[in-house]
Amino acid sequence: MEYFWAFVIGGAICVIGQLLMDLTSYKFSPAHVLVTFVSAGAIISAFGLYQPLVNLAGAGATVPLSGFGHLLAQGTISGVKQNGLLGAFSGGVTAAAVGITAAVVFGYLAALTFRPRS
Amino acid sequence: MSDSMVISEKQKREYAEIVNQIKPKPRVWCNIFRAFIVGGLICLLGQFILSFFQNRGLNVNEAAAATSATLVFLAAFLTGVGVYDEVSRFGGAGGIVPITGFANSMVSSALEYRAEGLVFGVGSRLFTIAGPVLVWGIVTAWAVGIFYYFFT
Repeated sequence: MEYFWAFVIGGAICVIGQLLMDLTSYKFSPAHVLVTFVSAGAIISAFGLYQPLVNLAGAGATVPLSGFGHLLAQGTISGVKQNGLLGAFSGGVTAAAVGITAAVVFGYLAALTFRPRS
Repeated sequence: MSDSMVISEKQKREYAEIVNQIKPKPRVWCNIFRAFIVGGLICLLGQFILSFFQNRGLNVNEAAAATSATLVFLAAFLTGVGVYDEVSRFGGAGGIVPITGFANSMVSSALEYRAEGLVFGVGSRLFTIAGPVLVWGIVTAWAVGIFYYFFT
């Protein structure tokens, strides 16, 4: 069942992104979609509304970039709980460290390994 | 001079309106269907990887992080060999919104500007789209933390 919900919720979140691109100004680029999803995920997460989605859909909620925002926001909140104000500066990036490092390292290595296509 | 500035602002608005009118109307339902299928399949793949790591004894958060790293690796590789761009072309936002699309945006712009060198080519172009995403994500999460500190 978790596979079903991962597919449906993950697909539905991507449909929201598609609607943002198709139904708004031509200036709304993929970069705007990604930025919107990260920030929206963090804000929705702050109100406690994203975790239920993660509980239901697993990777369907964590793989879209809104899940990255959720990770950052929850990391910051638990950082504040542990270290007070300093935690607001350390918690988010600490929680997202694996994803950020993987993206930079694998991205760099891929750009070095492969040839650009014409 | 100031007159021409005023006109050019107005012209800019009119131009934007015209572009919005004549840009090809996207086939909305078709695009929605494709985004749903491609995005859903990528998340389904993520769920398989997540379950795999959980069965190996990682807790939920560790397994989710390992899943992200695995998907980022796959997307970086598939972008390098030119397959992921086809996924995005077919799936639209279905290929952009998952974390694989984030990795794809990093690798494709870094590859494109590779000729400009390892510092200003690859080094800075990796962050053409990842940079804004990190800025917005980190600032929003920081604001959430500050809000949480003062109001709870």
